[in-house]
Amino acid sequence: MSLNPIDAQTESKPPKRMQGKQKRARLSVLAGTRDSNSNMATEFHNLQELRHSASLANKVFIQRDYTEGTTCKFQTKFPSELETRIERTLFEDTVKSLNNYYKEAEKIGGQSYLEGCLACATAYLIFLCLETRYEKVLKKISKYIQEQNEKIYAPRGLLITDPIERGMRVIEISIYEDRGSSRCSSGSSSVSSSTAR
Amino acid sequence: MSAVMISKKVRKWEKLPGKNTFCCDGRVMMARQKGVFYLTLFLIIGTCALFFAFECPYLAVHLSATIPVFAAVLFIFVIAMLLRTSFSDPGVLPRALPEEARFIEMEIEAANGNVPSGQRPPPRIRNVEINNQIVKLKYCYTCKIFRPPRASHCSICDNCVDRFDHHCPWVGNCVGKRNYRYFYMFTLSLSLLTIYIFTFDIVHVVMRSVDDGFLSTLKETPGTVLEVLVCFFTLWSVVGLTGFHTYLISLNQTTNEDIKGSWSGKNRVQNPYSHKNIFKNCCEVLCGPTYPSVLDRRGLMNDDLSILSSSAAQSAASLSFNNSKSAQAITKTTAPLIPNEQAAADAKPSVGASTENTLSPPDDQRPPSSSTPPLASPETDAESSVAKDRKR
Repeated sequence: MSLNPIDAQTESKPPKRMQGKQKRARLSVLAGTRDSNSNMATEFHNLQELRHSASLANKVFIQRDYTEGTTCKFQTKFPSELETRIERTLFEDTVKSLNNYYKEAEKIGGQSYLEGCLACATAYLIFLCLETRYEKVLKKISKYIQEQNEKIYAPRGLLITDPIERGMRVIEISIYEDRGSSRCSSGSSSVSSSTAR
Repeated sequence: MSAVMISKKVRKWEKLPGKNTFCCDGRVMMARQKGVFYLTLFLIIGTCALFFAFECPYLAVHLSATIPVFAAVLFIFVIAMLLRTSFSDPGVLPRALPEEARFIEMEIEAANGNVPSGQRPPPRIRNVEINNQIVKLKYCYTCKIFRPPRASHCSICDNCVDRFDHHCPWVGNCVGKRNYRYFYMFTLSLSLLTIYIFTFDIVHVVMRSVDDGFLSTLKETPGTVLEVLVCFFTLWSVVGLTGFHTYLISLNQTTNEDIKGSWSGKNRVQNPYSHKNIFKNCCEVLCGPTYPSVLDRRGLMNDDLSILSSSAAQSAASLSFNNSKSAQAITKTTAPLIPNEQAAADAKPSVGASTENTLSPPDDQRPPSSSTPPLASPETDAESSVAKDRKR
């Protein structure tokens, strides 16, 4: 079994992890299984370049902001783990846009009343044919996230996961370490920084 | 030695934790005990069948043909609402994946600082200010998340449900954010249907008795007695329940909050979610946006089985079956945050295989056989253990 040097660090793990080729095969399989959102397939394709040379180092979870009640809103506080990776303004813009999308989806106004009353009148059977406004906005959100990943986050070695895949609880940002010359030192520095926390 | 991955595609609902039953390949989601739900269906369909068989022919001829038509419309609406409430996802919050759970644990550890050994760590609570009210978010040890406000863990279904109202055995499901309005429409329409059938039963008996006499009327339409009995008892309970939920909706409260007395007004505590306007509260609960399900039941995922090659293949296969089963058992009970095959399989679809390969570095520092620090179980938590002692 050929081991990559970086895998030597994690040798104590049981031999269930996949190696390079299997990992790539798995990625393409997974890309295919996202039948609900084919955008993810292209996202994985573009990010395969990243994955060939990068390994997952850490994940940051942006929590929900409940100060305005139970409406879906995420905290715009900039996490310290991303300080060296991305500019604060870009990150805040992304989170603020997402918050605006969710606000639009959950807006209680004329259109939502109309939708609710019409649905009630048809015993909610109309939802078998029509898409709700929330679902339309969710599609917009996943497009936006894919776009942000491609343009801004992937070039910086980051990846945002759509909150709907985490139960709308968190925005998960995966941080990838570059498998460049600095891999061992960057790997060990992230180890020491996270244990120190 | 090379590891061979055998993976077959399964729907996500097959691997979901919790005690729900799924039908129609994940489209239908209910609680495990469905006996009372079948009783509800039987009572509604049975009573309406008797009404259509015995009363409607006479009333359609002697009074108006619209009576059975309206009864039929009401009946269809009641059944539609019942099925919608019973079969839909009430707003289940998916459990935290290992990385997220670990992240939260680290935050808690950092917040608690150094707890001297022998002392219990403080209870896991987060305080949030909502509309100038401090709301406590509790940590769910089963789902490994801090519950959002108004969410609660249903012990019958073993899930955290958003805006948890109550678990209704009559409907065979939890009532939560996503299906509360259907539940309310069900109780409202059932009240109307019960009143309607009761009224027209009495009208029918009176009208017929004038012509034929009371006893012969009962002999001709024996179903009437049964209907009146069922409707009489149903009336008191269902109309009462509808009235109670109307009251809750006007205050924007859940049954759970009402029972616990969360916003009862002592210590100047007020409901931070209420708009202080009955109309606005009703509109938000009944005509608000229809929330999507965050539980992806019908998505596909890979069910992995890694088998070591060469002579050990067969024994390893049986071993890994046992391992995956026991690993599943471990994830369902309390603590260990050690990512195992099961959890790794769940984590795959969004991030890809690289999660398996290089888990976050702190894991490498701990020996593989270690379990999480004792923070992770409710028994070591100060608040819950004190509560347990009090119960004894």
